[in-house]
This record gives sequence, structure tokens and C-alpha cells, in this order.
Amino acid sequence: MALGYLSVIVLVPLAALVSKGTEGGWHHFWQVAFNPEAQAALELTLGLAGAVVAINAVTGTALAWTLVRDDFVGKRFVNTLIDLPFALPTIVAGLTLLALYGPTGGIGVNIAYTRWGVLAALLFVTLPFVVRTVQPVLIELDREMEEAAASLGAARFTIFRRIVFPHLLPALLSGVALAFARAIGEFGAVILISGNLPFKTEVTSVYVFQHLNAGDTTGASALAVLLLVISLAVLLGIGTVRRWATRHDR
Amino acid sequence: MTGKRLVRFGSLGYLTLILVAPVSLIFWRAFEHGAHPFWAAISNHDAVHALRLTLEITVIAVPLNTIFGIVCALAIVRHRIPGMGLVNAIVDLPMALSPVVVGLSLYLLYARNGWFGGWLLGHGVQILFALPSMLLATTFVSLPFVVREVVPVLREIGIEQEEAAATLGAHPLAIFRRITLPAIRWAVAYGVVLTTARCLGEFGAVSIVSGGIAGRTQTLTQYVQASYENFDQTGAYSASVLLALLAVLTLLAMTVIRPREGHRGN
Repeated sequence: MALGYLSVIVLVPLAALVSKGTEGGWHHFWQVAFNPEAQAALELTLGLAGAVVAINAVTGTALAWTLVRDDFVGKRFVNTLIDLPFALPTIVAGLTLLALYGPTGGIGVNIAYTRWGVLAALLFVTLPFVVRTVQPVLIELDREMEEAAASLGAARFTIFRRIVFPHLLPALLSGVALAFARAIGEFGAVILISGNLPFKTEVTSVYVFQHLNAGDTTGASALAVLLLVISLAVLLGIGTVRRWATRHDR
Repeated sequence: MTGKRLVRFGSLGYLTLILVAPVSLIFWRAFEHGAHPFWAAISNHDAVHALRLTLEITVIAVPLNTIFGIVCALAIVRHRIPGMGLVNAIVDLPMALSPVVVGLSLYLLYARNGWFGGWLLGHGVQILFALPSMLLATTFVSLPFVVREVVPVLREIGIEQEEAAATLGAHPLAIFRRITLPAIRWAVAYGVVLTTARCLGEFGAVSIVSGGIAGRTQTLTQYVQASYENFDQTGAYSASVLLALLAVLTLLAMTVIRPREGHRGN
């Protein structure tokens, strides 16, 4: 029964997509999926997702660290706030950034219709992933090893790099992988702030949307198949990291 | 000590710039001329219709995915059916997939020349640009949440109690109602909250299949986009505030449920 439901809701539609996206054969798919505009969109999407991974790895770990090891007034409130991007509709996320960092923001910053704007939107929606994967590991982490290292004279940064970081790595990897997948496919948050300028701010999901609306179903499908393949690869990657992590634990 | 403070101010500063300041500004913008423009904006016909449509879709999709989520989690954890590993992987897919891909897939399936669309339209059943496709899209994207919350709890509680009850002659349904369900209820509740939030906020997949006709197939998130693009900033900000308030309710529910669920930190 569960399999039937899953088929109707998820599998059959995806099968229809793959069938449509690849109906002209491999050569045709290649031509459609890698025309200059599509290629520019894909390169931008991958580049931005890479930046999202790098930034989230640092800020997400720092936020998780602050929430677990630091103490300050309002910590519980901040902890709750971290989940806001999960709860807030993506179109609202994009609109809020546009309101503050757009032409009418009134703070002298205007990143609307630029790649910086798209990056900000992606950082907004991916904020919780690394924090929420790293935080539980940091809570469980035994502090005795760190204290031993400190008593032997290790510097704080050395302790973090040699003792804490290796323990966090599997969680950090699966967190950034989730953020990467999200950044690759994000649509709602970027549609307003990006301005959807081909070759400049048009990411792949927006390309799919625009080309479908313009009647280019084949082009839209080809790129959507590429997005699907990337998502599957990321999921496989996360599965591998999890298995590797549990093997190292025991 | 300075290192610690650097991390604190750095990370909280980032949080403020990317999240707190923009979201606060939306509230300010919606209410800067008092509550009246806000009420006027969200009580116009199209906005009310959009809100009602969003709630209708949510009220149908959430129970569907809750029942599926519980059944699927039981199947994954309790039964060694061949192929369950594959099911487990497919369940995660909607989390990693672009909503645009979801919308396009449904569009291709139910369009006039799609696999099902031609036959269904021939029999007078309209799926695209109508409630059914919007419902299918929302169900697709919000599918994993209950499963993902219930599976770890089922793994953790084990099967001893259920086996003991079975040995004593309890009916499988009675075992589920009296033993399994009480053990997983908070995980189910947490999953339901996440599913609801996802349904209320769905935008990309629905945009593709709905057509977004104001007053007919426009959800509240689409109303935000349409208002903004029609230079009705007050309308866009007001509807956004309404959605943000729903998100805050979601967060509150998460905060209340999370400690009871037990298996996660904090």
C-alpha cells in the first residue's frame, strides 16, 4: 500500500519527466541541456551552491558552537529562531531580503537582480542545515579529551582542529550536502530577488520555469532531468557519509 | 576569551544580517501606516480566496501524508520486505528535489498530451490548473516529514512490548492502538507540524501546475508573488506577514513538542 501511494505521488510523475526529457535520444538531450543559456544557468547554480556550502560550513559550525558551548541572554530564543527558514515560505524569505537589501531598503545597499542577491536568498533558506546536524554531535561530544589536550598545553585552535573537528566532520558533511541540494533546486526564494536575467542571475530552476512558460517543454525537461540526477547523487553521497560515520563510531 | 567572543558576535551577526533584520523589516513595512492598510490588504477578495485555498490544500494533504507516514515508517522498520531499502531512499527524494522539477513532472503527466492527461481530459477530469494538481504537488513535496520523524523512534523503542502483547493474544490493531501509537505520538505530532508548514509555504511546484489565476487557483504564496509583481507592495507585505505569523506558530509548536519527543538534543 505504501509503495502504491509512493508510486502515484512520486515515481510515476518522475518517470514521465525522465521519459520526456530523454525522448530525443542522448545526442539530442546533450544539445538541449547544454545550449549556452542553459549552461550559463547551470554553471551559476553550481557555483552559488559551492559558495553556499563554504559559507554554511563556517557560519553553521560557528552558530552550533555558540549555541552549545557559549552562554548568553536569549540563547533559547536564538535556538528557536534557527528553524525559522524551515517554517517560513520561501517566497516570503525572498521578499524579506528584497525589502531590506533591495532598491527601497533605505540602507544604501541594493543587491536586487544581482548574483549577490541570489546568494543571500540561498544562504537564508539553507541556514538551519549545518547548525541542526552539527549541534547534536557537539552536545554529545566528551569534553575530557579537550581538557586533556589543554592541560598538555595545546592551543585552542589546535584543540578544535585536531580533536573537535574530526568528530564533527561526518555531521558537517551531511549538513553541507543537504544545503547543497537545497541550493541547487531552490526556486521560491530566488524568483523575486534574482530578476531572472539570462546569463546573469538566472539559476537552473528558474530556467526550467521560464522555458516551460515560453512553451519550450523539451528544454525545461532536459534541465529538470539534470537537476533530478544531481539530487539523486547528493542523496547517495549523504547515505555514504552516514554509513562511513556509523562505521567509525563503533 | 576573545576567540569565544569573536565566534559569538560573528555567528550572531550573520544570523541578524541574513535572517532577523529582513524578517523584522517585513513586519515593520506591513504595519508602518498602522493596522488598517494591513487589514484592508488581507481582507480583499483575492487574498481571502488564496488563504482559503491554501488551507483547503493543507487540510487534505496533511492527513494523507500522516497516514502514509505512519504506515511507511512501520513498513521500513518492522517488516523485512525486499525493496524496503529502495522505498527508504525514495522517501527522502522530495527533500532534495527542486520543487520546479516536481511541478514539471506533474505537468508532463497530466497535460493534454501526457501519459494520463489525455485520457482523463477525455473523461472530463481536469487535473492541471485546478485543485487536484495543486494537491498532488503539495502532497509530493511534504511527503517525507512524518516518515523521517517516526522511523528513528520506532527503531529506538524496539519490538519487545509489541511481541509480548502479541504472545498474550492481542489483536494487531489493538497492539498498534495501545502500544505503538502512544510511543510514537510526539514524533507523529512533530512530523505533522513540519508537514503543515511545508504545505502552507509551498510555492514552486504549485506555481507550475496551478496556472495561478487570481481568485481561482492562486494560493497565498502565489498571491504574494503576484502582488509584488503588480507593484502592490502593501498587499505582498501583508500576505507575507500572515504567512510569517503562521511560521511563528509552527516554531512555537516545534518548541513545545521537541522536548517531549525526547530523542533529540536540547
